[in-house]
Amino acid sequence: MPAISMKVNGEAVCGDVEGRTLLVEFIREKLGLTGTHVGCDTSQCGACVVLVDGKAVKSCTALAAAHDGADVTTVEGLARDGKMHPMQEAFKDNHGLQCGFCTPGMVIASIDMVNRLGKNLSEETIRHELEGNICRCTGYHNIVAAVKAGAANM
Amino acid sequence: MDNGTGIGARVKRKEDHRFLTGKGNYTDDINLPKQTYAYFVRSPHAHATINKIGTSKARNMPGVVGIFTGEDVAATKLGGLICGWMIHSKDGSPMKAGPHPILALGKVRYVGDHVAVVIAETREQAKAAAAAVEVDYGVLPHVVDVADAMGHKAQIHDVAPDNRVYNWSIGDEAATDAAFKRAKHITKIDLVNNRLIPNAMEPRAAIGCYDTGAEHYTLYTTSQNPHVARLVISAFHGLAPEHKLRVIAPDVGGGFGSKIFIYAEEVVCVWASRFVGGRPVKWTAERTESFLADAHGRDHVTHAEMATDADGKIIGFKVHTKAAMGAYLSTFSSCVPTYLYATLLSGQYNIPNIYAEVDALYTNTAPVDAYRGAGRPEATYVVERIVETAARELKMDPAEFRRKNFVTQFPHQTPVIMCYDAGDYAATLDKALEIADVKGFAARKAASAAKGNYRGLGYSAYIEACGIAPSAAVGSLGAGVGLWESAEVRVNPVGTVEILTGSHSHGQGHETTFAQLVSDRLGIDINNVSIVHGDTDKVQFGMGTYGSRSGAVGMTAISKALDKIEAKAKRIAAAVMESSPDDVEFKNGTFTVKGTDKKMAFGEVALSAYVAHKFNSAQVEPGLKESAFHDPSNFVFPAGVHIAEVEIDGDTGVTTVVNYTAVDDFGNVINPMIVEGQVHGGITQGIGQALAEGAVYDKESGQLLTGSYMDYQMPRAADVPSYKLGFTCTPCPSNPLGMKGCGEAGAIASPAAVMNAVTDALGVVDVPMPATPHVVWKYMQHLKKAAE
Repeated sequence: MPAISMKVNGEAVCGDVEGRTLLVEFIREKLGLTGTHVGCDTSQCGACVVLVDGKAVKSCTALAAAHDGADVTTVEGLARDGKMHPMQEAFKDNHGLQCGFCTPGMVIASIDMVNRLGKNLSEETIRHELEGNICRCTGYHNIVAAVKAGAANM
Repeated sequence: MDNGTGIGARVKRKEDHRFLTGKGNYTDDINLPKQTYAYFVRSPHAHATINKIGTSKARNMPGVVGIFTGEDVAATKLGGLICGWMIHSKDGSPMKAGPHPILALGKVRYVGDHVAVVIAETREQAKAAAAAVEVDYGVLPHVVDVADAMGHKAQIHDVAPDNRVYNWSIGDEAATDAAFKRAKHITKIDLVNNRLIPNAMEPRAAIGCYDTGAEHYTLYTTSQNPHVARLVISAFHGLAPEHKLRVIAPDVGGGFGSKIFIYAEEVVCVWASRFVGGRPVKWTAERTESFLADAHGRDHVTHAEMATDADGKIIGFKVHTKAAMGAYLSTFSSCVPTYLYATLLSGQYNIPNIYAEVDALYTNTAPVDAYRGAGRPEATYVVERIVETAARELKMDPAEFRRKNFVTQFPHQTPVIMCYDAGDYAATLDKALEIADVKGFAARKAASAAKGNYRGLGYSAYIEACGIAPSAAVGSLGAGVGLWESAEVRVNPVGTVEILTGSHSHGQGHETTFAQLVSDRLGIDINNVSIVHGDTDKVQFGMGTYGSRSGAVGMTAISKALDKIEAKAKRIAAAVMESSPDDVEFKNGTFTVKGTDKKMAFGEVALSAYVAHKFNSAQVEPGLKESAFHDPSNFVFPAGVHIAEVEIDGDTGVTTVVNYTAVDDFGNVINPMIVEGQVHGGITQGIGQALAEGAVYDKESGQLLTGSYMDYQMPRAADVPSYKLGFTCTPCPSNPLGMKGCGEAGAIASPAAVMNAVTDALGVVDVPMPATPHVVWKYMQHLKKAAE
């Protein structure tokens, strides 16, 4: 089993993984960071999205061994000094979550969207950019509002 | 208390911080020492006998701890899965419930049916060994379409030779026939309500463990109603008496009905733990398993006829529905196409004569049970599609045809059991017409036509019955349980409050809304209130959350317990302030004595209740804790008008919902922000049903063709618009808070609104759901040909 090491939420971590171990399995099961969720088995739902070297990645479709040396941020690593990230705050302020299961992936995908496209996002852009994230509760109405507000505050 | 956190305030949710920071605690997030993993061997056939199950090869695979089949389950006398609502056919015979073993015995009846379980040290080992279990099947004929099921050569259960579970009816057939005889006009329609797969984003999961020392079981599970799960697993499966079984439903990632039911997998996990030395057994569904084996929704085939008189008044309504039950009767399946469906066929209308007949049929598919709305979306679809069609045939404005037939006097007894208690349907219609800018529609349609596109407007004036339900009433109709709710209010000595509730939140925000009620009533900070739910060891009993019942039933139970808290606190305050309880008043968190300047804060009274120095304990017991059970006296009847406006691309057939207006009457609202969120989500599920979603079984092979998100189209952000919402309010007279329910309205109303818009755009009577671009494109070609 290959030994890997990476930085997760700013902390150096290491572990032995099988070649087939997925990044999400390493995060959830080896590191105990259960904020990253698994909602499907076909890379469609986006509940597992994390930032790898600053870019959004579906961690259910990435091998842990391929991420030796990577810098990973999960939803647990977004808050600073006990204060939530502006995108997290915006999801709360705009009621952009209900059951909370898709939320970690939604928030991280939204941060990635702002990182790539800037703070001024149209509704059309936001809706299009969220095509890799499924939510069954909110109907997206408030998620769109949250992303817009969060982007402005980032 | 008007402190910004009371009833009616848009309070930000208390639960959000943990969900947003990755600190939610869902079942799959829980791991126990010495845990093992279960993987289920599932049927690859729609219908087959099991001749032999060979497990010896699999048993020798690495890490295998145990393999169990239906015979092992039967040997321990564990009872099969049950259906908890008895329906009688119109000839008086009881429904024909076939056996539903926890692991298959002798036969499999749908693709995905649970045949055996493999338990191993790791998930991968369990999965690999499951693939090595050799099952010798004898393939039988199968039937997957409900339209074909009656009398099909595929006979699914011995008890129902023609596959019919029941032939049930409601209403007065003779009176309805007579009304049709004197009708000026009769409108006919054939409709299919497409089969849906619920798809809560959190897949089902379970961890079962058996404490060999205490001889006690614990089940962690993704349940909307953990107490009902405990009751059924104890009383019907006979695993253990209730005091020897704890069921915990921690954070649950959406339910929509699919997590009400007691499924085989969860029961197997808690049962099997005992046979692997008490080691915990964990199972988490892969999404494909969710598609295959979660209970599905809808799947009706309906013929309906509506009779109108010369004045455009509806005088009669006849409905015949074939409802798929799937291969087995799931927990509440039998009541969905009967008492949750046909009792709403009067819609918002004064229809003097209604007769409906329902044939429930077995099919070789996943079981069908309650899914968001459960029966009411199906009823609304039939009523609102035929009302729209009748209006078009009569050349009447669809809005005015509805208005002409609205119920206007309350209470209103319909011919199909329900007694509507309050509403103002014309007011919701007026508001919806205004918000949707119906006056400007003709110009928008012309603009679309100029671009070669079709534009349509569709109404849905829905009513539903929720806040389920009066126990005696549902008992008389066949329910196996009562549908009250419980609450316990525990005031701590420092004046903080814990609410223990039998309701269960899986996205609805009870930690916030229930705390708002307490903050309002007791005048305390909302952060000094916590809500405890989802654990049978903490909450004594409860019926859970479904049928939009947590507000009208669950919060009323809390309200009643708060009444008792206030009464007792007054007695304590009176003793401490040396006055009569009759002279003590309570307002804004402060107890005062009439005509004096004496006062005590709520926290001071709480402390006094526990210190117990200043009152006679022989007359007033120490402590401040009260409980209540609330059994509602009626259903509640949310109603509203939704208006969908669609544009269809004239080249591609892509339908876009360009405007969607929802005006709802939910009575009094605790937190408008949360209510709006419920409506948004429901509308999106309904748009999904209308335009995208549909479970498809292959007729030839019986395989589920839509078994992943690659094949089953979930609505995504770009598939729906932002919504325009409005509210009207007629307070509900049957509960003290005046609340109706809001959880299902969006999903109930929207399919009919969207499909009325699509058919309006194309000028046709019906387009089947889901109206995918391919389906719509085919209709457009017919239209173009006809025009040539």
